[in-house]
Amino acid sequence: MESGQLFIILATAIASATPLVFACIGETITERAGVINLSAEGTIMLCAMVGFVAAKTADNVWLGFVAAALVGALIALVVAYGAITLKQSQIAIGFVLALLCSDLSAYLGNPYVRIPGPTVPPRFAIPLLQDMPFIGPLLFREGDILVYAGYALIGATWFYFYRTRGGLTLRAIGEQPAAAFARGHNVIALRYAYTLIGGALMGIAGAAFSLDFKAGWSYRHTAGYGWIALAIVIFGGWNPLRAALGAYLFGVLQSLAGVAQSTVPNVPTQVFTVAPFVLMILALVLTSGDWLDRLLSYLPVNVRRSLARIIHTAPPAALGRPFEQD
Amino acid sequence: MHRRKARISRRTPANSSTVKVELRHIHKRFGNVHANDDVSLTVEAGTIHGLLGENGAGKSTLVKILSGFISRDSGEIVLDGRPAHIQSPADALRYGIGMLHQDPLDFPPLTAIENFMAGSPTTPALLNVRAAERNFRALCRQFNFDLDPHARVSDLTVGERQQLEIVRLLANGAGTLILDEPTTGISATQKTLLFDALRRLAQEGKSIIFVSHKLEDVEALCDCVTVMRRGRVVGELNLRANGAGRAHGDWPAGERFDVAARIVEMMFGRELAMPVKPAIHQDETALVLEGLLLRSDRLEMHIGHLAVRRGEVIGIAGLEGSGQQLFLLTCAGLEHPAAGSIYVSGRNLTRQPYSAFVKAGVCYLPADRLREGLISGLSIQEHVALRMPSRGIFINRAAAAQEAERAIATFNIRGRPDTAVEQLSGGNQQRTQLALMPSPLNVLLMEHPTRGLDIESTLWVWQQLIARCNQGTAILFASSDLDEIVQYSDRVIVFSGGRISPPIAAAALTADSLGQMIGGRF
Ligand SMILES: Nc1ncnc2c1ncn2[C@@H]1O[C@H](COP(=O)(O)OP(=O)(O)OP(=O)(O)O)[C@@H](O)[C@H]1O
Ligand SMILES: [Mg+2]
Repeated sequence: MESGQLFIILATAIASATPLVFACIGETITERAGVINLSAEGTIMLCAMVGFVAAKTADNVWLGFVAAALVGALIALVVAYGAITLKQSQIAIGFVLALLCSDLSAYLGNPYVRIPGPTVPPRFAIPLLQDMPFIGPLLFREGDILVYAGYALIGATWFYFYRTRGGLTLRAIGEQPAAAFARGHNVIALRYAYTLIGGALMGIAGAAFSLDFKAGWSYRHTAGYGWIALAIVIFGGWNPLRAALGAYLFGVLQSLAGVAQSTVPNVPTQVFTVAPFVLMILALVLTSGDWLDRLLSYLPVNVRRSLARIIHTAPPAALGRPFEQD
Repeated sequence: MHRRKARISRRTPANSSTVKVELRHIHKRFGNVHANDDVSLTVEAGTIHGLLGENGAGKSTLVKILSGFISRDSGEIVLDGRPAHIQSPADALRYGIGMLHQDPLDFPPLTAIENFMAGSPTTPALLNVRAAERNFRALCRQFNFDLDPHARVSDLTVGERQQLEIVRLLANGAGTLILDEPTTGISATQKTLLFDALRRLAQEGKSIIFVSHKLEDVEALCDCVTVMRRGRVVGELNLRANGAGRAHGDWPAGERFDVAARIVEMMFGRELAMPVKPAIHQDETALVLEGLLLRSDRLEMHIGHLAVRRGEVIGIAGLEGSGQQLFLLTCAGLEHPAAGSIYVSGRNLTRQPYSAFVKAGVCYLPADRLREGLISGLSIQEHVALRMPSRGIFINRAAAAQEAERAIATFNIRGRPDTAVEQLSGGNQQRTQLALMPSPLNVLLMEHPTRGLDIESTLWVWQQLIARCNQGTAILFASSDLDEIVQYSDRVIVFSGGRISPPIAAAALTADSLGQMIGGRF
């Protein structure tokens, strides 16, 4: 295989990870605020269905995305109400919603199975960026509008987290809500807001599947992606950059599995469908182990600090715990 | 709802020059604990008002109500004669009320500078770390605080976290400042600088509420004190009116009086006696350190030889974070030394696991009671059960309950066996920790054994510790309270600038001379 071809395969693989990027960033935002939205699997699936149906009915892809984002936010609202206001177990609520929404998507989406629908406009290259050596052809030639929006989302989220007052507050309420409250922040309202934003992004992830990267709708169309998104967020150390990298890695693993499947035909196809998930977990475990920290301790202090921030993997201290105020 | 919001924004006196603060008939109950029972307090603009009282008297509850952190059951807050609608910290901040919480209320995984910026009204929407850092360093210099802006707060000592909060609060320029025990973690010189700053702020017309257990501090700083006991105000004293006492009590006007004794009597209803440390009468050593080299990220320290006899008390002085904790952890077997050996009762325990140290009768009580010493969420009884020798997999509830009742009675803990430890007041948490110590002990290592305790509890704790000494336990304790070190130690070692002084006989020391040595002059 010549390098040009390999590049195209890689570029396509990276592009196809875009829905996962949206989902991972959404979940990262929510969890940083201290709320676990465990319904990702169901949210993505139901929103894929809703997005497809809305786009088909209105004959407008963008309306599909809007509808999916709204439904995603709505599911997140249920999570937020149960977790923040009723102070119930976030795990239980999320899990039940994950199952419920998956089944709902199968039931409601039944009339729309395997019919053609609108899709996102075709791919285009970005004028100047595509000429950058190596990175240009890899990232800026094979994408469509959604792929590039994904890049922007990653950068914007990172910037928001670490360079703005709002992002600092977001991290604060996930770490020590009582202290954030004492500094005058409305912890409850902010947690609601970030849970809804995260849910909307997961909704967009769903629509990105059904309207773009896995166009159409079928029974359990996006099965497995929600769970892998949750895993990537954890192993990504709640850092948007690392989470996005994880998502892209998964995309590459999946397309490699595709290539492998066509070269070794007598292995059952299920092996290649499942392999990326298994490999991904392995890769994530390897890249977030203790040994990285141990390696770091040999570096000079200032280098260590900046690196430590990137590989720091402690969950937000108040993750999953409701904020009690007396 | 709307009307209230509107009113708040119309009179937004944040940073306004003078604010008189009045709390009227405040009530607050936690379950069946009446933490504030009809409490009224007036702080004149431009004064520093001391708030005193035993552990659990309700001081923190009262000031948290003023800062909006907890809601009151009834009562009124009046600022400059007008009722203020304070239901949340955000409201209080709008009225210019800023508070330093007793337990540092910060974000441990974030860096010091991020903590400084979080929730500060002057932080721009796009963070400007450099500018914040400049501001931060300037303030640190002003108070002689040595804080690394890029250190994670979780790596700081309790005292350093308190310093960080002081800096943050003063940077925010509140018009009413509440300081809930701010001096427990800072050195004598830092305290002088902080007090100077507070006096300056008071002169500018700000009102300051100062909660403390240290009578010297209160006498030095406050214009007026209010004493609370069991949720009620039991007395008020004007310390600046040339002896014209305005206490509820009766005392001859114009006569000279001993303020400290007077306050103690108001707080506890009686006079208190100091326990006395008897001379050591054993020559047997409990702990020997030989050529010990301690190493951490920031520090490297060396101890040539230290032999601690049974019944001896070694005080460890030094600025917070000069390695005292590492030293104690190493002695406790929780950290291993880079070189050298440790002997407990003659046995070489170097590089042995912690369990070997425990078996040899070594016990370590950390400073951060709730994070390391006790387990939040568990009750006193469950703590007792955890400590009891286990036979089989079941907890013997009846025995644990009995044991807990006994501990509560002998250690005078204000709580019930099923009270969760985090609901106890600081003093009672410390009593619980002491009650949980195993009984024959060879070496007891402690950080800030009486931090946050009221005078009576402090004296009581030392009484218990001295009793331990008499049974042959050697005690090594770190404290930022120099009076405490001079009072109770046989010998003192000073940690300063990465060096450890040879042991000095405490008889040759005063708090002042010790303070100078901490500055690095030994
Ligand atoms: N969140 C809470 N839940 C239940 N009880 C509480 C709570 N906070 C405080 N209390 C109780 O209210 C009483 C007053 O506590 P508070 O913290 O105000 O005392 P304090 O005067 O500040 O004592 P200290 O000197 O130990 O800080 C105590 O009996 C305490 O156990
Ligand atoms: Mg208190």
